[in-house]
Amino acid sequence: MTAGQSAGPNTVEQKAEAPVADERILRTSPLKKLLARPELGSVVGALAVFVFFALIADGFLRASSLSTVLYASSTIGIMAVPVALLMIGGEFDLSAGVLVTSSALISSMFSYQMTANTWVGVGVSLLVSLAIGAFNGFMLTRTKLPSFIITLGTFLMLCGMNLGFTKLIDGTVSTKTIADMQGFSSARAVFASTVTVGGVDFKITILWWLALVALGSWILLRTRVGNWIFAVGGNEDAARAVGVPVAKTKIGLYMGVAFGAWISGQHLLFSFDAVQSGEGVGNELIYIIAAVIGGCLITGGYGSAVGSAVGALIFGMTSKGIVFAEWNPDWFKFFLGAMLLLATLLNAWVRKRAEATT
Amino acid sequence: MTDGMTDETTPTATTAAPALVELSCVGKHYGNVRALDGVSLQVHAGEITCVLGDNGAGKSTLIKMIAGLHQHDGGTLSIEGEETRLASPREALDRGIATVYQDLAVVPLMPVWRNFFLGSEPRKGTGPFKRLDTALMRRTTREALLRMGIDLRDVDQPIGTLSGGERQCVAIARAVHFGAKVLVLDEPTAALGVKQSGVVLKYVAAARDEGLGVVLITHNPHHAYLVGDRFVLLRRGTMVGNHTRDEITLDELTAQMAGGSDLDVLRHELQRD
Repeated sequence: MTAGQSAGPNTVEQKAEAPVADERILRTSPLKKLLARPELGSVVGALAVFVFFALIADGFLRASSLSTVLYASSTIGIMAVPVALLMIGGEFDLSAGVLVTSSALISSMFSYQMTANTWVGVGVSLLVSLAIGAFNGFMLTRTKLPSFIITLGTFLMLCGMNLGFTKLIDGTVSTKTIADMQGFSSARAVFASTVTVGGVDFKITILWWLALVALGSWILLRTRVGNWIFAVGGNEDAARAVGVPVAKTKIGLYMGVAFGAWISGQHLLFSFDAVQSGEGVGNELIYIIAAVIGGCLITGGYGSAVGSAVGALIFGMTSKGIVFAEWNPDWFKFFLGAMLLLATLLNAWVRKRAEATT
Repeated sequence: MTDGMTDETTPTATTAAPALVELSCVGKHYGNVRALDGVSLQVHAGEITCVLGDNGAGKSTLIKMIAGLHQHDGGTLSIEGEETRLASPREALDRGIATVYQDLAVVPLMPVWRNFFLGSEPRKGTGPFKRLDTALMRRTTREALLRMGIDLRDVDQPIGTLSGGERQCVAIARAVHFGAKVLVLDEPTAALGVKQSGVVLKYVAAARDEGLGVVLITHNPHHAYLVGDRFVLLRRGTMVGNHTRDEITLDELTAQMAGGSDLDVLRHELQRD
């Protein structure tokens, strides 16, 4: 019931294996099983947003518009998956937004300064990003301070370093172009290319996003680590008492966020050929919003990767839908805020209904 | 107990075989605070050792030492006759000591079957496709609970939807299933009604009948006397009594537990003129 187990096969299984308990299980209606899924609130919300903009915005339903919406969703969704996993594990990461920029800066500056193949920079960036994630997790598990404080600290330090190092090394707030460096085109193909399907252009980040959602769901629902993530978020002391490696799980979750930041950062870099060092501030909240809209409990222990994807999709539809409807984009944040409140209320209500003992 | 199966040692089985867990004169200090001092206790297979004491008597400290959460400062801790120190809860678990805590035994939002296998999840497949054997987990959970006499509607429901007593029972069934030799129960009947307490005690007895050594922490002498074979009384961090069942009656136990003379003083104070 925690997340996304398919209701159908379960019931069949129970029928086959425990005829004794059969007649009582039938009392749990399929509707109730559906209500118990963490994504439900967000799916309802996503449908509402979709219908709304389909009616109000001309051209929202065009294939090219949907491709734009999916692209906007994917740039948030790539980070929303690991951030959702981290929230299920009971922690926040406020440094996630600027870590994306850091990751892009490291990659670009390393390649440029060392005149190395861009792939070397990409690799170094991965290692450094993972190290920063591990640092967050290590500080959290060692000091036992709230993750809010720890990652707020990392957030500010990264902000400063992004600007400071870029000015120190390149003299301006943006990095030098690496477009003429070896391996640039192949790296761009991996991180920022466009795939044409049926005459419509899709950004490759959509594939990265889908892959991460699949990977996140697999980890959460079908692996031992997934069980541990739910447990450390739901009741850390109980998890520790039955032998779950709590610290390792949390450090791993922070490294997962860092991995997502690395993919996003490389996309940021290879979409163009240089990076603005001030970018990314504020995005960490959007990732958290996507995860929460998708059904993640802010207190941990509950949520899903698929939900975070639906949350990201709502974000993409709203941000682009407002443009297609030719409204003033200033209204976007109002919609996002309203959506967050509604989704959270709906989720709370749904969960109460689902958990009520029969 | 297995040693006790041979004919000539049967009468003295419990004394001949080394105790599953034996504490002798253990102590624990937190800084300059003495939490526990000079406590001895034996846990034998198929027996229930009750630890009784009021709030602050040192019961929690005692189980934390047996569970591997804290290390003892003085005295010795032996497991099956071998003196040892437990470094972590994981080590205690690996040596067959399972602890069921009063309020942190389970993760409320997780389904019963995920809780049941938490920390010891069975897997199938190889390499990156190694995954939880969810069918086996669900089936085993239902079977293990049935074996303890717990008939659950649906193992997919969040364990938080079960009653307090049912949750304790699931935790006990889990310990039994994973082959624990010693089961430590932290106030399993506290905060439960009379009927629910009775149900939990029934499962405690069922665990004993499965051959486990049970440590039952409680501040209720009536519950303790219903199932206990040995009674250790704690007060203000020291041991004030260590009896086997044939040495003591329920009334004596209750009196000692309440701190006999303290009770007289209290009666005197509360007496109306």
